[in-house]
Amino acid sequence: MRNLIAFPLLGLVVILQSSMVSQVKLLNGYADLPLILLAAWSLQEQVDSAWHWGVLTALLVGFVSSMPPVVTVGGYLAVVLLARVLQRRVWQAPLLAMFSVVFLGTLFFHILSFVVLTLSGTPLSFGDAAGLVTLPSLLLNMLLSVPVYTFMRDLSYWVYPVEE
Amino acid sequence: MVVGGILVLAFSGALGSASRGFTSVLVDVQTWISTRFLGFQDFFTAPRDSVTLRNRNAELEAQVSQLQAQVIELQQRVNETEILAALVDFSRSNPESTYKAASVIGRDPSPFLHYIIINRGSNDGIRRGMPVVTNQGLVGRIDAVIADAARVQLITDPASSINVYLQNADTNAVLYGSLTGDVGLDLISQNATVEAGDLILTSGLGGGYPADLIIGQVVTVQSLEFELFQQATVQPAVDFSRLEIVLVITNFRPVDIAPLEPAATPAP
Repeated sequence: MRNLIAFPLLGLVVILQSSMVSQVKLLNGYADLPLILLAAWSLQEQVDSAWHWGVLTALLVGFVSSMPPVVTVGGYLAVVLLARVLQRRVWQAPLLAMFSVVFLGTLFFHILSFVVLTLSGTPLSFGDAAGLVTLPSLLLNMLLSVPVYTFMRDLSYWVYPVEE
Repeated sequence: MVVGGILVLAFSGALGSASRGFTSVLVDVQTWISTRFLGFQDFFTAPRDSVTLRNRNAELEAQVSQLQAQVIELQQRVNETEILAALVDFSRSNPESTYKAASVIGRDPSPFLHYIIINRGSNDGIRRGMPVVTNQGLVGRIDAVIADAARVQLITDPASSINVYLQNADTNAVLYGSLTGDVGLDLISQNATVEAGDLILTSGLGGGYPADLIIGQVVTVQSLEFELFQQATVQPAVDFSRLEIVLVITNFRPVDIAPLEPAATPAP
């Protein structure tokens, strides 16, 4: 039942992303708060609803963004998949897993965006995309990783209380 | 007898010096007692006063922060009023169009795209394809609409291309956006003489935008002899990083010329 927190929380995060985070630019890149939140949630060991959160995030971001749905759905679900795989392998170093998921997830998301937009006829320069969008976004995402991870870990204890 | 004797002595003035001495001692004693009493009174009442002062200070601080918030809010209102006044002036000077003002409430979550979200939708008569402007110039056009909001594709979006007219050079060109938010001109005829500072307006060709909306000015021109067309960089008239309120031109309906375009015939 407490999993229903996903609706207001993800809604709020998408609103924050659209109204605030997208205004804080580094060159032409900015942080992807829904992606970081999803990565942090999916890395929590006790969480069994990561895929649901992934689908919900993709739907909400897809509703606001003009990006083709294949990018939002594919990108966010890939982040969940990556987090679940890494969570089992790097479970002793959660922050390392978090950084890895955010780094690889952002990279995958941006490559997917670039490929899909190019295929749909939008002229994009690879150099500009890599140097002015992806690298600054990666840096901002990594900076936000630790606070978001801490918050989501506490939230996971609230949603999945430990039985004694 | 004794009292009577004292009274007689007093009335006769013989007790004057003794009386002055006595009074002086009395005053000194009273002064000493009074000072000490006031000291004690201060000592016991001071804590109560400091608590009152602290409370009063807190009240005043709260009042100051409230007033500061009010000042910020009023400054914001003044800014909004200035923007709205400029937009009203613009709409009065262009009476051929009807406008609907909207606030910018968000941007596209993806850094690859240049879109804004406004707080007017189909309930306010906004339709897909309507041009969006400010008093400075063209902003973009409506890309998607829901009941109470709409998404606007900016002219800086990499997927945006607009037919434009260079007023001084008297020639047409195509304005395109880019990932970095810069805008440029392409397909300028080699015969045209384009110079920095030339004004760029929408041409109305293609039916996507009304004619004569200001876009910006030419900054630099790149003309190479071996290329078919000249290119130019553009300084947009609108500051896209500070968009707050925009106007949607609601009496313009874009024309879909796709059915008129020749269909691609397969090679024999």
